[in-house]
Amino acid sequence: MKKRKFGLAMSLVLAAGTMLGACGKSDEKDTSNGGGGGDAEKDNFTVAMVTDIGGVDDKSFNQSAWEGLVEYGKKNNLEKGNKGYDYLQSKSDADYSTNLNRLAREDYDLIYGIGYLLAEPVKEIADQRKETKFAIVDSVVEGDNVASITFKEHQGSFLTGVVAGLTTKTNKIGFVGGMDSELINKFEVGFVAGVKSVNPDAKVDIEYAGSFGDAAKGKAIAGKMYNSGADIIYHASGGTGNGVFAEAKELKAKDPNKEIWVIGVDKDQHQEGFVKDLNKSVTLTSMVKRVDLAVADVAQRAKDGKFPGGEVIEYGLEENGVSIAPTQDNVSEEALKAVEEWTGKIKSGEVTVPATRDELKSFK
Amino acid sequence: MANRLRGLIIPVISVLLGLIAGAIIMLISDYDPIAGYAALWDGIFGEIFYIGETVRQATPYIFAGLAVAFAFRTGLFNIGVEGQLIVGWLAAVWVGISFEDLPKFIHLPLAVLAAAAAGALWAFVPGFLKAKFRVHEVIVSIMMNYVALHTTNYLIRNVLAEEGDSTEKIFPSASLRSEMFEQITDYSRMHWGILIAFVAAFIMWFLLEKTSKGYELRSVGFNHHASQYAGMNVNNNIILSMVISGAFAGLGGAMEGLGTFEYASLKSAFTGVGFDGIAVALLGANSALGVVLAAFLFGGLKMGALNMPNADVPNELVDIVIALIIFFVASSYMIQWVYRRFKKGVK
Repeated sequence: MKKRKFGLAMSLVLAAGTMLGACGKSDEKDTSNGGGGGDAEKDNFTVAMVTDIGGVDDKSFNQSAWEGLVEYGKKNNLEKGNKGYDYLQSKSDADYSTNLNRLAREDYDLIYGIGYLLAEPVKEIADQRKETKFAIVDSVVEGDNVASITFKEHQGSFLTGVVAGLTTKTNKIGFVGGMDSELINKFEVGFVAGVKSVNPDAKVDIEYAGSFGDAAKGKAIAGKMYNSGADIIYHASGGTGNGVFAEAKELKAKDPNKEIWVIGVDKDQHQEGFVKDLNKSVTLTSMVKRVDLAVADVAQRAKDGKFPGGEVIEYGLEENGVSIAPTQDNVSEEALKAVEEWTGKIKSGEVTVPATRDELKSFK
Repeated sequence: MANRLRGLIIPVISVLLGLIAGAIIMLISDYDPIAGYAALWDGIFGEIFYIGETVRQATPYIFAGLAVAFAFRTGLFNIGVEGQLIVGWLAAVWVGISFEDLPKFIHLPLAVLAAAAAGALWAFVPGFLKAKFRVHEVIVSIMMNYVALHTTNYLIRNVLAEEGDSTEKIFPSASLRSEMFEQITDYSRMHWGILIAFVAAFIMWFLLEKTSKGYELRSVGFNHHASQYAGMNVNNNIILSMVISGAFAGLGGAMEGLGTFEYASLKSAFTGVGFDGIAVALLGANSALGVVLAAFLFGGLKMGALNMPNADVPNELVDIVIALIIFFVASSYMIQWVYRRFKKGVK
């Protein structure tokens, strides 16, 4: 009896296998047809990017970069794939070099490394493959075939600091950073300078979560900060910031009269702070960093034969690379006016926003 | 002979079942499994470069697997391999960037040994607590993982890198990289570490199977009351086996620090190599040879996965396949049952 059952199971597996095989084959035909349509031209300027471990759908940095590539592709009538534009995702730090190398062997004309973690790998691969162009976002890599794209996050953070300084009632403000690193320090320093410029009495409580992906920790830190009287928290911590939003939304839902805010980062995080029951967002504003704009811009320049190899391109207020979020429902008139005023001062060079902790010490 | 064969059969069946189940999942989610696996295959063997990278990826897995397997064989569950690997990494790089003018035959071994010592030290703590106070090693070693992660981050940021995000590159005299391998494999990062890994696997086999100390270690693992009665020093053996396990893990860190990366950078999360080591050991049935084979399988799967988006299949699927393989190994009882039925049926 049991023997028969086993035979039945065996034949089922075999049947399934055959069916799977058949399905697979027909699918394969489809893709090969689809692929055939793609290779019409050969003189396309092809671009590709390697994400850091956040992945291409991180709702933040990597995604923004990918949107930039897609936009470049659409503008130039390219298709996704190795005749146009594409991406590879990294699952660990060890994958960066492999992925960059992989794209270089597939003969992409321009290859982006997204995020400062890819700086060393980009340097290494760019040295090996001189004929390929590379670009690194958020870091500086030397080499004639590498363009370095950086942002003046301190300028954008300065403006959110101005908003925070003018909005706070308790004069206590929190800052939650991801990793305590050079890059995130720029956010911190710019923000503190902004707050102090408009509200010298306000105190900024600075904490680092030690991770860009630890929402639980973000929530715990936010809880502690709000508890101790802070009413605004600026987070520059990627996925960890989701915890900050969660905590703020929870507190707000419990006590709708409580005035607490979160300042978002990288893109307009109005939606992330939205509390359904109150039909209101706890997001005060966000420091928007236009990675998409920068990525598309450099790709276009390279296509037009003006690849900025060996240069460091800084996207700041002037280039619309950083700004406060377009959603301004929660920002007061007074604060908006101040932002405009300070924007002018920064653009005209009257004020130089500090970018490191040392510079902050000598700032005013 | 039959026993040996069965030891091999369960992992192989598990791998096959994992792949089949992965194919079914791909079909259900509307991806093409054949194209997906073809891309996986290409990503492992498609070019000599990928083969080199697979070897490179497998190297730390071998060490992590050996570390876990060694502890398992002596009745301990060293879940702190990840932390031991991270401190080993840092120690190796630290030595690598500290001495400029040392000749290679001193500098490189020194850096490698420093990594082993750091890993051993990290594992000594849970071993000691287990031996002296019967604190469970799983709990202590998990905690030690976090201590390792944050301590190394602190050291890199404040001592080694001066506010930067990663240390300098190590001096060439401490590097495991080889121009020969680079040329053969078209600039992959394959390095000499693989040979050290083979040696380490041999050492583990020899130590456990061929020496009286190894016999003691294993017997303490089986039953420490009986071992004590037989006159063995149980406490010392527990500490020793943790220390050896930690040394293997630390060497795995040296592979990353001296071979793959040549620097140490701030980590926002664990590398995952140490945890994968548990799976490698499990799949390799805790034997030295099994671990080496399983490490190559894992290295290959991880490397090939990066190529899967080329076939429009998300590379997360490989994680699912790996998880399924582990699942099938862990539920080997099920497979054994079927196997026995099958055997009876044949008769």
